[in-house]
Amino acid sequence: MNTFYFIAFLSVFFSILVITAKSPVHSILYLILTFFTFTIHYILLNAQFLAIVNFIVYMGAILVLFLYTLMLMNLNKESEQPKSNLVKIAAVIGGGCFLVTIIAATRALGLSDPVVLKDPNLGLVKNLGKTLFNEYLLPFEVSSVLLLSAMVGAVLLATKDPKPTV
Amino acid sequence: MHFIPLNNYILLSAIIFSIGVIGVLVRRNAIVIFMSVELMLNAVNLLLTAFSVYLGDASGQVFVFFIMALAAAEVAIGLAIIVMIYRNTNSIDINVLNRLKW
Repeated sequence: MNTFYFIAFLSVFFSILVITAKSPVHSILYLILTFFTFTIHYILLNAQFLAIVNFIVYMGAILVLFLYTLMLMNLNKESEQPKSNLVKIAAVIGGGCFLVTIIAATRALGLSDPVVLKDPNLGLVKNLGKTLFNEYLLPFEVSSVLLLSAMVGAVLLATKDPKPTV
Repeated sequence: MHFIPLNNYILLSAIIFSIGVIGVLVRRNAIVIFMSVELMLNAVNLLLTAFSVYLGDASGQVFVFFIMALAAAEVAIGLAIIVMIYRNTNSIDINVLNRLKW
């Protein structure tokens, strides 16, 4: 029980550091720590497959992509002029309105049931694979097309064309 | 063994989602804005997983899997666009792109 609250505190703490860090590289490093706390949340929920995928895809692939982009473009300078205080206050109010709405809604709902894992096999690869390939076969195939088109699009966007075609 | 009320997962996800929203609105660096979007996606992932365990339904975790595939595609395309913006304007400050407003 105390593990959840400790990890939740760490998640919130590191995600606040992500958006307040001056240097973009520090933001990325804090984001890695945030994703690591999310992996621990998945393990606490016994979602083992998601924990592994979160670890590999988010902390391995996506954040390395961020770091490489920053380093290849040599953007590690703190040249960002901060926005005016009025915009910052408006942004905090705008984000806070959503939070207050959710808190009020959960308060109005009263005490909720605890999250109990009824079936210990729920988050395992075997169970998820059966659901994925029985009920969600078509979305699975469509997502492969999505990944292929994203790869082609990224290569097409990021390459300089040597001679512009007319 | 103690169990966590479902409300606490909802509150945690809402807090992290709001932090992501505030990050998108406050920062001007395009890459940090992208990271805030990732933060929002992860908050939703955690909530979907919590509800999936709460209801004993594996579909929620399959949806999280799809969101992760979508996030990978989104990051690849988004960073390619940022690289292109950097080549054209020599900066990734989104206020340089204010002509897109009209």
